[in-house]
Amino acid sequence: MGNQMKVGIGTAISRVDGREKVTGAARYAAEYVVPDMLYGVIVSSAIAKGSITAIDEDAARSVPGIVEILSHKNRPGEAWFDRSYKDELNIPGTPFKALHDSTILFSGQPVAVVLGKTFEAARYAASLVAITYQEEAHNIDFAVSLAEKFLPKKKRNTYHPPKTRGEPDKAFDAAALQLHEEYHLATEHHNPMEMHASTVEWHGDGRITVYDKTQGSQGVQAYIASGFGFSKKDVRVVNAYVGGGFGSGLRPQYQTQLAVLAAKKTKRSVRVVMTRQQMFTHAHRPECTYSIKLGAETTGMFTSIYGDATTSTSRFENNMEDIVTWGMMNYASPNAGGEYTVAPRDTYTSADMRAPGAATGMTLFEIAVDEMAYKAKVDPLEFRTINYSEIDAMNELPFTSKALREAYREGAKAFGWSRRTPEPRSMTDGRELVGWGVATGMWDAQFSKTSASAKLSANGHLEVACATSDIGTGTYTVMTQVAADTLGLSITQITAKLGDSDLPTAPVEGGSWGAASSGAAVQLACQAVGKKLFKAAKGLEGDPFGAANFDDVEFVDGHMKLKGSDVAGVPLTTIMRSSGENSIEAEETASSGISGMISMMKKARNTHSAVFVEVKVDEDLNVVRVTRVVNAVAAGRIINPKTARSQILGGVVMGIGMALHEETFADVKLGRWMNHDYAEYHVPANADIYDIEVLFVDEPDPEVTPLGVKGLGEIGIVGTAAAVANAIYHATGKRVRSLPITIDKLLELEK
Amino acid sequence: MPTLTASRPLPAEASRPIDTIPITLTVNGSVRRLQVEPWTTLLDLLRDKLDLTGTKKGCDHGQCGACTVLIDGRRINSCLTLAVVRDGCAITTIEGMATGADLHPLQAAFIEHDAFQCGYCTPGQICSAQGLINEGRATSRDDVRELMSGNLCRCGAYTNITDAVMDVLQAEPAR
Ligand code: FES
Ligand code: FES
Repeated sequence: MGNQMKVGIGTAISRVDGREKVTGAARYAAEYVVPDMLYGVIVSSAIAKGSITAIDEDAARSVPGIVEILSHKNRPGEAWFDRSYKDELNIPGTPFKALHDSTILFSGQPVAVVLGKTFEAARYAASLVAITYQEEAHNIDFAVSLAEKFLPKKKRNTYHPPKTRGEPDKAFDAAALQLHEEYHLATEHHNPMEMHASTVEWHGDGRITVYDKTQGSQGVQAYIASGFGFSKKDVRVVNAYVGGGFGSGLRPQYQTQLAVLAAKKTKRSVRVVMTRQQMFTHAHRPECTYSIKLGAETTGMFTSIYGDATTSTSRFENNMEDIVTWGMMNYASPNAGGEYTVAPRDTYTSADMRAPGAATGMTLFEIAVDEMAYKAKVDPLEFRTINYSEIDAMNELPFTSKALREAYREGAKAFGWSRRTPEPRSMTDGRELVGWGVATGMWDAQFSKTSASAKLSANGHLEVACATSDIGTGTYTVMTQVAADTLGLSITQITAKLGDSDLPTAPVEGGSWGAASSGAAVQLACQAVGKKLFKAAKGLEGDPFGAANFDDVEFVDGHMKLKGSDVAGVPLTTIMRSSGENSIEAEETASSGISGMISMMKKARNTHSAVFVEVKVDEDLNVVRVTRVVNAVAAGRIINPKTARSQILGGVVMGIGMALHEETFADVKLGRWMNHDYAEYHVPANADIYDIEVLFVDEPDPEVTPLGVKGLGEIGIVGTAAAVANAIYHATGKRVRSLPITIDKLLELEK
Repeated sequence: MPTLTASRPLPAEASRPIDTIPITLTVNGSVRRLQVEPWTTLLDLLRDKLDLTGTKKGCDHGQCGACTVLIDGRRINSCLTLAVVRDGCAITTIEGMATGADLHPLQAAFIEHDAFQCGYCTPGQICSAQGLINEGRATSRDDVRELMSGNLCRCGAYTNITDAVMDVLQAEPAR
């Protein structure tokens, strides 16, 4: 019997796709070699609103190597109805259709694609396309757009309206302690490192293969089929490697439309890659203003919570987020309520970005909570436990599990919170002020119907497959580990396949449901293979399993054996041989089922976290450094502590960006984003990041999802920026209510 | 509102075919004689002409470091250099880091420390780290953090990247 290293669920193995990634062998959307391919370079609109009156292509077409220039004037026919362009997110409104007509809806809108035999020729020719526009009045200033804010009649189906309890207004008026402040979050852009790209391979027989940067291959497949006149079986979408998403690849992006249209027009293979600047012309986190009213007793007990928030959207779609509900769910207060509206501006539609809604709403709320703690003269951590709610206080539902108390306790211990002195400006290190802040994070634990297949070959190799995506989330590794765990195999005996619309059905990767859902599906498929093996083992010579039932056997070290027996059992390869089959395979679907659906109505399912942050502030320069973070996370069962930790690290780093760096500035005169590149839009660099410690608190939860997994993609960012803001207040005594907290805002408060 | 016209006179050279220039590069140890258009960057040459797509494009403007390669042992942003300028140079890309099946110590350390998530910045990080080691300036974590800051990682793997680089840096014989 081999002395195998344990590799199953709960083990910190290295990423199974690591070798491909560190050797450069992993291919992303723009890296597939397709013969005779044209390079497409996008021409972006110079105005924010109006229409195109003329396009002069003469100069561009005279560049040697230019094959075609596609615009609204000569694009091939596309579907007529808006509903043909609906994607999985189904945002209410009119989905954007690239090159549809002469109308300009936002600055940077794609207005033409230049197709050339080389990238360089296409890029040069694109600079020569001369476009004449008729401009109309536009607005991208969020503050101005608030005059038009409204609650859409047709809601986004992920939207949860705030449920009022008690009489929040009355209770606020009567409260001993009152806080009423405005909080704000700037527009942010996702900026995954890989720019959005599509390589369309034109097979010439009606079929296309699209190598696409997307978080969901089958969503893009369905979208191309319904919008661009293909039969679904003729469209294959591949996204085996995705260079980050953070939500920017949840909806098919416009480069996919352009590449498909261009391939149809030229009947050739086409690649279209956005520039980094063009990455600022689509998905972005909505700007948000959030007015928070809190009432409390002198002890710090909340008596009233009230929030009124508005987030930005476009003029053609109503993107909605849950902003005000998080505080209402997380804290016990007899009275609570909220309002929410969207404000339209002349940009592309805002989009889901890592923990959409919570990263904004929970984070801003946690700054207000800190302020109230100071008003009540209660330690901010203590304040949160005073107002702790054992149930989802808004929906009045118990949780399947909530180990937030443990997260507070273990996080505080690891951080050394007890050594904190309460007064602002009371801690220093040399010439720097030191501040310690805390905040709470909360996100949904979701599950989404997913299918997977498993195929065991005669040589003992197992292949598991699912159309899900790995956007850096570790899905390849999770699938491999679950399979190893279920059938007792080693990692090297398993291949995980994903990122291909041909594989068993999976939803778009987002909302942190990937591991819980694809993991559960892989487990079911492997169990089904196990059962088939058990049947086949009945034919073994000597009938080693005799009268045993399937429940009496287990899979260990490549063997099937009787549970509790010291005997190694029978190698799976032996069973395969005796079965006479070349392979045994099964496909299964994991869904929440009836009992799961009932449980979903009766219980809330969430992840929680406690984030502790240390900042050091140089007061002469108002430079803030986040020198230490402890993030204690309660997220159910952890399949792989190593990749799980990385997910949280990534969320924390983006949270530090939200707190200190990330902000897309509007040039309100031109109607476009000013700082549309990596030099001017600051994301944290290595030097900005010091120590980050991640803790996973024990939270067994067999009810939340089949594997007890809650998901980790988003929780790391939620609350982090609030903990930074609160630490800055503790260090400096300056309360900044608008994120990011840049030097100018701290300087302003000095006056 | 006014009509906005982009008036662009036809540049005289627009329709002139581009002449190619012969250059010789040693790429990952093999000598390549190439005919290159002068407007081709080293990055696009590697990715589009030589199918060495391990070198990534994250901005094309020298702002992200995803395109970092080693030229004669020094790290540079390959998006910021025209290929013809590098005639005669020895270039190492991520595809040239491992020795056969044996990973380069940095590659192994990146896997061990989970110093990436999506993997898109990773080839640039690894080449940059080798450049950093060659420079011989970094001795501490703070040095590494500072001197690796030309390589952005949107997945936020920085602490793990620093751990991985420190491992290899400390294993290096002292200079
Ligand atoms: S692609 Fe060269 S620095 Fe970004
Ligand atoms: S690993 Fe994704 S950008 Fe660094």
